Amino acid sequence: MNIRVHVSLKPGVLDPQGRAVHHALEGLGFAGVDEVRVGRLIELDVADDTDDTALTEMCEKLLANTVIENYRIEKVG
Amino acid sequence: MTFRAAVITFPGSNCDRDMAVAIEKVSGTAAMRVWHGDAHLPEDLDFIALPGGFSYGDYLRSGAMAANSPIMRSVKRRAERGVPVLGVCNGFQVLTEAGLLPGALMRNASQNFICRTVALTVENSQSLFTAGYENGQTIRIPVAHHDGNYFADEDTLDRLEGEGRVAFRYAENCNGSRRDIAGILNAAGNVLGMMPHPERAIDAAHGGTDGVALFENAVKALATV
Repeated sequence: MNIRVHVSLKPGVLDPQGRAVHHALEGLGFAGVDEVRVGRLIELDVADDTDDTALTEMCEKLLANTVIENYRIEKVG
Repeated sequence: MTFRAAVITFPGSNCDRDMAVAIEKVSGTAAMRVWHGDAHLPEDLDFIALPGGFSYGDYLRSGAMAANSPIMRSVKRRAERGVPVLGVCNGFQVLTEAGLLPGALMRNASQNFICRTVALTVENSQSLFTAGYENGQTIRIPVAHHDGNYFADEDTLDRLEGEGRVAFRYAENCNGSRRDIAGILNAAGNVLGMMPHPERAIDAAHGGTDGVALFENAVKALATV
């Protein structure tokens, strides 16, 4: 089973990386970009019988730092 | 007098030797060196130090991989039993990732790696790490980090300040840290995490000695005669 874990900074947490990317996009002449937030995509290939509890634990214990990040688990199939 | 200290080395640690040198210089006893993959710490430790560096190449997040290494289970148990633990720089990041200290260290607001000596204000001179300083004293300690921007939610920050758990603040905020926080203590006061490097401020020939008091006081409080 293929899983994608999307990790993103929580709203309100300053994202200096996103700000730098935003600045660079403006430098390239792309107007109309209001905000850029940079996150992380983690792809996992797990056993088909891996349950949601285990996936949640993986995110909570390691893949995301829930002090500053949100995560979303997507089952790709 | 004996002072049984252990310095943990993770793959990518690079201040472990400096930490061991500082401990030995102040205590007169060589620190034990412990590898991250070891399951157990030596018995009867007086002091545990998590050094700076780039453990596991900062993969995933700074300190995240090291926080889950075998030795950290032992470090957590000792910390819970009251053994003093000092985490410097990457060591601070490891302590927050391991849940021994609240909050997180994020990328510096400037996006730049900062490597220079900064002024810190001692906010709490009552802990076993900081009793060699005076409240409000300004000390000069080097920083060298990319991810030193301390973040915690407002409730946590209020609690840290209310409980006197902010050990050091930056006199001038160099990295975007919330409320200028440079170092914090756990609730019991036996775990200190700080981004600046006191182990790099122990020799006048290397730019200053303001870090010596931190180690001296720990030794004074903990060494067995």
